[in-house]
Amino acid sequence: MAQTLYDKLWEQHVVHTEDDGTSLIYIDRHLVHEVTSPQAFEGLHLAKRTPWRSESMLAVPDHNVPTTTDGAGIDDPVSRLQVTTLEQNCRHFGITEFGMSDPRQGIVHVIGPEQGATLPGMTIVCGDSHTSTHGAFAALAFGIGTSEVEHVMATQCLIQRKSKNMRVWVDGELRQGVTAKDVVLAIIGEIGTAGGTGYAIEFAGPVISGLSMESRMTVCNMAIEAGARSGMIAADQTTFDYLEGRPGAPKGTLWDQAVDNWRNLVSDAGAQFDHEITIDGNAILPQVTWGTSPEMVGSIDGNVPNPDEMADPVARDGTARALEYMGLEPGIEIRKIQPDLVFIGSCTNSRIEDLRQAADVVRGRQVAANIKQALVVPGSGLVKRQAEEEGLHQVFIDAGFEWRNPGCSMCLAMNADRLEPGERCASTSNRNFEGRQGQGGRTHLVSPAMAAAAAIAGHFTTPEDL
Amino acid sequence: MQAFTQLEGIVAPMDRANVDTDAIIPKQFLKSIKRSGFGPNLFDEWRYLDHGEPGQDNSKRPLNEEFVLNQPRYQGATILLARENFGCGSSREHAPWALLDYGFRCVIAPSFADIFFNNCFKNAILPVVLNDKIVDDLFSRVASVDGYTISVDLPEQKIITPEGDQIDFEVETFRKHCLINGLDDIGLTLEKSDAIKNYELRRKTEAPWLF
Ligand code: SF4
Repeated sequence: MAQTLYDKLWEQHVVHTEDDGTSLIYIDRHLVHEVTSPQAFEGLHLAKRTPWRSESMLAVPDHNVPTTTDGAGIDDPVSRLQVTTLEQNCRHFGITEFGMSDPRQGIVHVIGPEQGATLPGMTIVCGDSHTSTHGAFAALAFGIGTSEVEHVMATQCLIQRKSKNMRVWVDGELRQGVTAKDVVLAIIGEIGTAGGTGYAIEFAGPVISGLSMESRMTVCNMAIEAGARSGMIAADQTTFDYLEGRPGAPKGTLWDQAVDNWRNLVSDAGAQFDHEITIDGNAILPQVTWGTSPEMVGSIDGNVPNPDEMADPVARDGTARALEYMGLEPGIEIRKIQPDLVFIGSCTNSRIEDLRQAADVVRGRQVAANIKQALVVPGSGLVKRQAEEEGLHQVFIDAGFEWRNPGCSMCLAMNADRLEPGERCASTSNRNFEGRQGQGGRTHLVSPAMAAAAAIAGHFTTPEDL
Repeated sequence: MQAFTQLEGIVAPMDRANVDTDAIIPKQFLKSIKRSGFGPNLFDEWRYLDHGEPGQDNSKRPLNEEFVLNQPRYQGATILLARENFGCGSSREHAPWALLDYGFRCVIAPSFADIFFNNCFKNAILPVVLNDKIVDDLFSRVASVDGYTISVDLPEQKIITPEGDQIDFEVETFRKHCLINGLDDIGLTLEKSDAIKNYELRRKTEAPWLF
């Protein structure tokens, strides 16, 4: 029978199935960070258990780490304890960790693929919802809670039920200046933040297969923002070219054998999806969120909605509340909105391609006077090094950006990088929830090129209109 | 894990859609390396007027009197009534830890985000999905009756209202079994160690690059 990519990945990992369909699924790769692991490690210690397969794990501190380049370490003692707890646990159980001073340190979802620790056909979990990122490699990757982190540590398995299949087909061709971030925001705008709940989403179609791996990761990263625990994209030559030669990728004849196997990681012709939607790629314009949920999004040429014109009371209240929080007049033009800060970073958009796109926009220009701070936070030490080799850091610094060390930074403001109440930020991250970037902070999600354009213009605009 | 069988309790309403886990427990409290103590910071940004940080004496902080959980009529509530897509966003298990620590054992909503839903079961919290109409109806009853109290019967999969209505709900057999018996998943899975080892042996020949 014709199978979807998800069907194949699922079937390859079932260890056991109960009568009611609850299954035991084998996990190939377990990524670990400092925030969601301490209680899981504590559970192991208390029960006198050890990890089933330490070699399947890769750990890195990212959420709490400072991104300033003065080398002063972590100020906040509570954050510091979390980072040292990870170190101690990894040492105790023999788990590979890229510590804070390791040149490979970075955001967990950036370093997995970069190291080739993410491979096609794997099941990949992490105590972090944006684990969906790794699905870009035709892997089944999803976020789990801390109890499940402990469960995977102790058993290499998870108890799960199979999700339903959904396919999002992006047709046509993208316009000049429209990027993967705009595509995924447009998808979320269309299906809503709960549109993918209960589904594994496969992104497909000519637009998706034409994307680079970096861009595919941006799309899958935000599958969770559409409610789907996992998003995935079929394996193809682009996937193999990205992985070949990376430290964790197979070598020699094993590589050839693996690639042969990976070529099957596509949905068969005629495979049945429980739900399918098609998006016209030609119609997507650069996107800007205006509210407090990623589905509250519109294109750069649009206006913020007016709640008075909405029929559904829950939507009306939600919109009114969001606009109030965001400090926006109903109906105003998106182009008129002026951010105070600009943040280029996060596991959505901090890879080399993202930095190149942003640098192309700012080259030879200056950050506008009304922008208080503009940050570039590379996704990993290796991304940072690559960007410096290409001279991108100088482009940013000359324009008035700060060039930082890798980490999650202002994506969730657990370290010192955060918004003050009422401050407005053009951000390349993935969540615009209330208080996400700091209590009372206001987030507008955009692509790296759009964030760069906003930094230069002092208000939202497209790079072409600068 | 503690078991969950029957629960009778006051219902507190959380009348907004897409309540995310950042709102349930803001990120500054995620720096803890413990599982407990999150209750006083549940819904921190809505509940207090000042900015919360770990280690504060929460009893001295200014309360937002408007916020639902601060209203006298909902004190001691153990059941949270919510709107669609409750618990969306981050995978943080600190969200159910905070709900549990505060005293909630059951959340009722028309829909839940997947990871949060799953995390509830690992922490002896029962998430109940009921259709929009029933949830709407419960919201209006909770609004009109002070101290509105319902019973939740997990073995029978029923909610019993003071008006005498019996509302059936669905729950997966395996999850129900674990919750009723307070079972630790890890112990159950380790009973299948041989199956896991056999699986590994087979995969090592099929896909050796994974090991
Ligand atoms: S960059 Fe943001 S979304 Fe990504 S892992 Fe870090 S905190 Fe989470």
